[in-house]
Amino acid sequence: MTTSELNRRRFLTAISGATLCAALPTSVLALNDAQAKKLIDKAVVDINKVIASGKSINAMIKDFERIFVKYGDVPIIARSALGPDARNLSKSQINAYTNAFQGYIARKYGKRFNEFVGGKINVGGSRKVKSFFEVKTTVKLRGQAPFEVNFLVSDRSGKSKFFDMIIEGISLRLSEKAEIGAMLDKRKGDINGLIADLKKAG
Amino acid sequence: MVHGFNKDVDKYLFSPASNGYGSLFPKPVRRGFSNFADHLSLPNDVVNHTLQGDLEEATGSAFRFVVNTIFGLAGFIDTATAMDIPRDDTDFGETLTVWGVQEGAYVELPFFGPSTSRDSVGLVTDIILNPFVVVFRNPTQYVGAAAYVVDRMGDRYDYDTSIDSILYDSADSYAQARIIYLQNRRHQLGVAGEETYVDPEFDPYEDPYDDF
Repeated sequence: MTTSELNRRRFLTAISGATLCAALPTSVLALNDAQAKKLIDKAVVDINKVIASGKSINAMIKDFERIFVKYGDVPIIARSALGPDARNLSKSQINAYTNAFQGYIARKYGKRFNEFVGGKINVGGSRKVKSFFEVKTTVKLRGQAPFEVNFLVSDRSGKSKFFDMIIEGISLRLSEKAEIGAMLDKRKGDINGLIADLKKAG
Repeated sequence: MVHGFNKDVDKYLFSPASNGYGSLFPKPVRRGFSNFADHLSLPNDVVNHTLQGDLEEATGSAFRFVVNTIFGLAGFIDTATAMDIPRDDTDFGETLTVWGVQEGAYVELPFFGPSTSRDSVGLVTDIILNPFVVVFRNPTQYVGAAAYVVDRMGDRYDYDTSIDSILYDSADSYAQARIIYLQNRRHQLGVAGEETYVDPEFDPYEDPYDDF
């Protein structure tokens, strides 16, 4: 093997390595403070736009759903709200459930957006917790003392997304876990019944 | 069950009364009553901050009381906040927490709603040892209690949608009230971040990606 041949191989290895890296999901490249904060910065810009838009409630719900899907990891929030039961579902069931859950969350929280009119969300600092980041924001609504809303951001799905929103200590994911659990109990564990109820709830 | 009783109290008494109160008095007037109720709880805050060893906040609350008594029409106007003297309200439940008392079981108290064993003891102590009740005689000593109820009615009116959604729209309102109260109370008491592991049942910082 000539030297030039060896160099060529090394070069090819390096090239294919670089290509491979680019093709890999971002989870290999660890999420950092600044990226987590940037995600929430962008989400908050979008949310502030919806608040300022003065649209009808139904339009705001649609906008909120788009933001939720764009910046939130809906599949993991939905599955963890359902708990271990989620593992035993068929692919079509989990898809139907996730869709129903997404619409339910959008209606339940999106319809509250009119209370936010005149309000403003500001992004503060972030810190690492376990495998994810917590990004702090402060929400100031008209005539009310500001309150704290923290977003938990992870890239373990392959993309940087938030998987929880903690309002003054109250986790949306965990509150919904209790609620979805109660809804499933009402249907005596029947997932299709739960999906039907979710489509109407919120 | 107490939860059912409280829901009935809300549905037939408290919510209609709060609606009446809210529609009768405009927001600035309700704010005045709310400020007054907060003002009357300041002596109790001073006592509790002191018991917690937090002299800075005790002094702050006392100063706040003096400022709003003199410059805030006996507490109806919150001049102190405008002067950047923030309110740090506390209670005997927090004092017990600082003293190392464990949270205990979740309970729902008639009329007062969600609480824990520790916070129930705190609430009773705050009512009995409230400087207002101790210092004043009938009927002045009931001014604080009346202001408290009026303030709560204002809250019920202002947060009507949130409260209705928890009590009447959820599949299990007891479970929702419980999880929301406990998480928010722990947050208030400064059980934050990774120290939230007191209850593995709901740790907001558990990693859901580990489960799937």
